[in-house]
Amino acid sequence: MNTTVVNTGTEGKTWGGGNEPLKASYGKMMMWFFIVSDALTFSGFLAAYGFSRFKFIESWPIADEVFTHVPFLHGQELPMIYVAFMTFILIMSSVTMVLAVDAGHKMQKTKVTWYMFLTIIGGLIFVGSQAWEWATFIKGDYGAVQTKGGNILQFVDTDGHRVALSDFVVAEHKDRTAHERKNGLWFVDEGTLPTYTVDEVIHGLESHENVLVRTQMINEHGEKTVLSREESLKQLKDNGKLVVEGANLHVNEYGSPLFADFFFFITGFHGFHVFSGVVINIIIFFNVILGTYERRKSYEMVEKVGLYWHFVDLVWVFVFTFFYLV
Amino acid sequence: MAHAHKLEILRGLVKFKSNTQKIWGVLVLLSIVTAVEVVLGIYKPEALMAKVLGMKILNWIFIILTIVKAYYITWDFMHMRDETKALRRMVVWTAVFLICYLIFILLQEGGYIEGVYSTGFVKRDF
Repeated sequence: MNTTVVNTGTEGKTWGGGNEPLKASYGKMMMWFFIVSDALTFSGFLAAYGFSRFKFIESWPIADEVFTHVPFLHGQELPMIYVAFMTFILIMSSVTMVLAVDAGHKMQKTKVTWYMFLTIIGGLIFVGSQAWEWATFIKGDYGAVQTKGGNILQFVDTDGHRVALSDFVVAEHKDRTAHERKNGLWFVDEGTLPTYTVDEVIHGLESHENVLVRTQMINEHGEKTVLSREESLKQLKDNGKLVVEGANLHVNEYGSPLFADFFFFITGFHGFHVFSGVVINIIIFFNVILGTYERRKSYEMVEKVGLYWHFVDLVWVFVFTFFYLV
Repeated sequence: MAHAHKLEILRGLVKFKSNTQKIWGVLVLLSIVTAVEVVLGIYKPEALMAKVLGMKILNWIFIILTIVKAYYITWDFMHMRDETKALRRMVVWTAVFLICYLIFILLQEGGYIEGVYSTGFVKRDF
């Protein structure tokens, strides 16, 4: 039944492999070394994000203007609040995890079960929040126009408040319909067409005197540059190429497409870690209920998944800083 | 190791009676740090916008507070405080050295490319 070799017959033989200089079991050490390698993977991503950001330091999106939504509080600009909530949930689930480990040391099965359960719930809330965050980001809120050079032009009123495309652009009747595989070439298709064409946006801008174009360039006050009325019209007419609503891997209404790419990649990779952490926690949770560790007389397995779970929290602390704060 | 937790944090400034108590204490500490970060992130005090070593003071504060949080998560939640010195150094020094090296190289290169763009060799605004 017990497939793990517990005794190797070398106990006490210092030169025969019986010496344990690190005073940690094989499994725990390997979890630590896995964590080191995974930490390096994440640093690779975050450093690459830093590289791209330094490359476009003058035009990088300002996170406070991108992530402003909170569920059930529609239309309010509340930067940071939701992501602070997510951070707190993850820290909280880390606490219940370490309490489970602590109860495991004392061989208290009921306590371990409950704390593991709470940890799983925390993880699920976090993954759900991240899914909501993604959905909001993909959907976008104001819409923008991309120029030939790939830069993003956003719209503001004379007070500097953002204006959504739907507030000043009128969609005219269009004969152009989205090409689908079933009604044309079967081997090509295209995504959803934008609601407006660039010409309609130009008309809208011409007929609304109080709307101005905002470019991505950051001025000396740390804010995005707003063009004058003439410059706005000129910039849009000369360079406007594509109407962008929301964000995906190709275009991004919030600014540089790289920002969206890194957002999807880094938070996606982290979210995948949380998801797999939840799955592993569930497996261990059932093992605890079944009394596996009670019979093994050691809850070290809970400690090992605990290490992984804390690591996920640790990574989020850095993602939070470099994506939302700095 | 299992029953020999070190119960002091902040270099002995705060001592806890039990491991459970220490866990809650660390939670309070982490929550305070996160709250400070969020408040600074929302209000962005003008006084912290000056640049030190090429970066805003505010951003330095964020990064330092993040490392503080990472320290307490690793030391107290992951029980690094209770491991042997050798294991601790194997994990921490390796990661810290490689990450610093990687960050230095990539940010240096990113800054150089930014310089090439902004000194007019490549036109992006069209």
